[in-house]
Amino acid sequence: MKRIAGMILLAFGLTGILWADSTLSINGAGATFPYPMYSKWFDEYHKKNPNLQINYQSIGSGGGIKQLTEGTVDFGASDLPMNDDQLKAYQEKHSIGILHFPTVLGAVVPTYNIPGVDAALNFTPEALAGIFLGKITKWNDPAMADANKGVKLPAQDIIVVHRAEASGTTFIWTDYLSKISDEWKNTVGAGPAPKWPVGLGGKGNEGVTGTVKNTPNSIGYVELIYAESNKIPYGTVKNASGVFVKPSLAAVSAAAAGAAKAMPDDFRVSITNAPGKDSYPISSFTWLLIPEKFSDAAKRDAIKGFVRWMLADGQNYAEGLSYAKLPKEVVAKEIKAIDKIQ
Amino acid sequence: MATTSKTVPGASPIPGARSFLSRLREGDEIARMITFLFAASVVLVTLLLVFELWRGSALPRHKFGFAFFRTSVWDPIFDQFGALPFIYGTLVTSITALLIAVPLGIGAAIFLAELAPARLSDTLEFFIDLLAAVPSVIYGLLGVFIVIPLMRLYIQPALKSTLGFLPLFQGPAYGVGFLTAGIVLAIMVIPYIISVSREVLLSVPRDQREAALSLGSTHWESTWKVVVPFARTGIMGSIFLALARALGETMAVTMVIGNTPIISASLFSPGYSIAAVIANEFTEATGDLYLQSLIELGLVLFLLTFILNGLARLLILVTSKRGSETALA
Amino acid sequence: MSARLRWRKFVSGFMLTMTGVCALVAVSVLCFILGYLVFHGGTSIGWNFFTKLPAPVGETGGGMANAILGSAKLLFLASLFGVPIGFFGAIYLAEFSGSTVAFIVRYAADLLNGVPSIVIGIFAYSMVVLPFKHFSTLAGGFALGLMMIPITLRSTEEFLRSVPNALREGAMALGASKWKTIATVIVPTAYRGILTAVLLAFARVAGETAPLLFTAFGNRFWSHRWNEPTASLPVMIFTYAISPYDDWHRQAWAAGLVLLGLILAINIVARAILSRGSAVPRS
Repeated sequence: MKRIAGMILLAFGLTGILWADSTLSINGAGATFPYPMYSKWFDEYHKKNPNLQINYQSIGSGGGIKQLTEGTVDFGASDLPMNDDQLKAYQEKHSIGILHFPTVLGAVVPTYNIPGVDAALNFTPEALAGIFLGKITKWNDPAMADANKGVKLPAQDIIVVHRAEASGTTFIWTDYLSKISDEWKNTVGAGPAPKWPVGLGGKGNEGVTGTVKNTPNSIGYVELIYAESNKIPYGTVKNASGVFVKPSLAAVSAAAAGAAKAMPDDFRVSITNAPGKDSYPISSFTWLLIPEKFSDAAKRDAIKGFVRWMLADGQNYAEGLSYAKLPKEVVAKEIKAIDKIQ
Repeated sequence: MATTSKTVPGASPIPGARSFLSRLREGDEIARMITFLFAASVVLVTLLLVFELWRGSALPRHKFGFAFFRTSVWDPIFDQFGALPFIYGTLVTSITALLIAVPLGIGAAIFLAELAPARLSDTLEFFIDLLAAVPSVIYGLLGVFIVIPLMRLYIQPALKSTLGFLPLFQGPAYGVGFLTAGIVLAIMVIPYIISVSREVLLSVPRDQREAALSLGSTHWESTWKVVVPFARTGIMGSIFLALARALGETMAVTMVIGNTPIISASLFSPGYSIAAVIANEFTEATGDLYLQSLIELGLVLFLLTFILNGLARLLILVTSKRGSETALA
Repeated sequence: MSARLRWRKFVSGFMLTMTGVCALVAVSVLCFILGYLVFHGGTSIGWNFFTKLPAPVGETGGGMANAILGSAKLLFLASLFGVPIGFFGAIYLAEFSGSTVAFIVRYAADLLNGVPSIVIGIFAYSMVVLPFKHFSTLAGGFALGLMMIPITLRSTEEFLRSVPNALREGAMALGASKWKTIATVIVPTAYRGILTAVLLAFARVAGETAPLLFTAFGNRFWSHRWNEPTASLPVMIFTYAISPYDDWHRQAWAAGLVLLGLILAINIVARAILSRGSAVPRS
């Protein structure tokens, strides 16, 4: 019996060792915002290139930036561009820089679970700021009721759900709140992991969606696809032009239109509260963070190949998953930027 | 054990005088050295772990000192880190767990040790040991899909309507929170209390019980007033063991506690524990102070469990010794 | 019978019944856990679960084949690392060492045993992940192996010590050197207990999740090298359970059933081995 067990173990071990074959594995980590998109992309790309595996773990934008800086992953992904301090830290550690490549556009939507309310509620900027500041505590508060005449809102406590970890989605949300609320800007501020005045923490977009889905009278903020695929209602937000816009691909693309024309070379830009009457105010690009130089030529070529594919065929998968395609101008600019990866 | 090597045949008549070379040739010295290396590696790796924890938390130790334990602000953006909410959460959930698990556990142990016939006792103990083997993440799974809805729909509202005047049971019924985590932890630590308490109760010498019964006490009185106090220190040991397990629990807690660093008198409130915050934030802690503050939390947790485990073993040892000494007397 | 005595007898009967209730509650929790897992997990286990890789997020179908293999590889590494150290260290403690060294080693093992698993994860991250600049199966195996060491060490030592001296002296009287005695007499005698110890240590770490979070990390595909991240059953259960997707929830239940089934099976086998009795009466 012992001998058989020993041989099985040996067989396992040998298989594992000998199986270190020609498959190239690339590891990435980061944002949960585009995770449904990326997991589809990497799956499809693997089908086209069976010898290449791109393993992406969604641990949040903060985690992506951190592990990229530590060098434990080959690329990162984030919904907030790395700020100058983080870029400098990376530069100091690795003597090269990071290139940002926008991949898709998405919307962060206010999603809620109010028993008996299926309609898309209208949220004013003041209402959103008030709820997340903890100032507006009941669903039937005038700030909500006035914008939603015709919907019977209950006199129940609002249960706020936010992200438990450092998140680019949080950054997009708080970036927007800081732009429309001075009180938010001065007390909490914009960032991936602010000190939330109220609320429960969920891990990843997935965790927030799950918590909202299971908690009556709750409200959270998640990327559009998470609310859609889990069939939980999400609301409209009043944009800078005073129009209540429902989050949609067209609205997100409208928000990006201005930025597309004035895209900086390093692709770091924020499009929250964008002008235009069709724009959805809480939209954002999301980026792949790729080092400028790769010591492993095979990895470098694999990543460059993927980015090229992503900008062409890959974009066709976006709308099926409720992400907006990149504007043409941005795509053209990125194709040129691929050559910067050495 | 070490002395028997000197009586190996082929030794010189003078004990200990076998030459190094002859021991070497016999292979004993090599065996001794090799096994020593393995044993020493255990010590080395443990020392290395403690050292890494200490070194890895140098920044916050110097910057915050003991204020780390008094501050409740955890703000990665402004580099302010205080451990109080996590220590609070860890302690509250563990104590809640004990409040539930200790009476149930000791009761069950009494049943198994005093009342149940030997075969039933052994079979039940077998099942209880299996309960101890269930991994934490499965408790978490059950917590998320069974306990949380139960709490939100039935238990929390029921507690609120009956005991809602106490600050302990106020606030909205989220489903997650300190109480939920406490309940899940209670289920996890009951097996430890039961199996250790049962053993120490069984080790109480028969004459103690019989003396009490011969003086006219009822079965319960002899158990509760004589046997249990005799095994008191061992039972305390089992409670410390259970506490140590509860403090270090990560997965089950992070799935049901709500992951919010706040300190609240209400058990319905969401909270955070040391292990849970490390699990959630470690991979993304940008900046050395942030990461090292998490490591310092790990060090704190380690010290807590270390002290408790040590006390537990001491107490259990004392009881079994007392048991055997008194029996011989 | 006086009223007081009747009362005391009543209290006695009542309290003792309560203790029975406590025992019943404790045991029924286990039965409930098992039953629930079997019910929910059983309906989700299928051929797909064991053979397919995870599907893209939000799509149904897909399985946990890579997580099953990943867990197997991690446990293999953990045993490779932890069992020899525990085993040979225990031989040292039982056969060779003096009491001071023995005390230090046992103390260190107890210390290591008490370290919360998340802290072991931190240690493995700084020892293996950072220097190699890779999340890897190696790092995960290292973390789990560390957790196997104390259990293996203490139990093996106890079983070695329980071998009666008569056997030792008999072997030596026949001219065997110390190491030969150990290898041919002592270890085979204690083998059942040692095997039990190893199996229990194995079952203990099979379900560990926290140390794998930042060592083995996770992988949507097969992990091809020891230096690559790998999926594992416990981490998949965690990730899927907190997600909002119903299909993932079903898979989490299935994985939970498989994992728990494995652990309970090992526990039962280990205890069965032990209770078959040792080869020699323990005196």
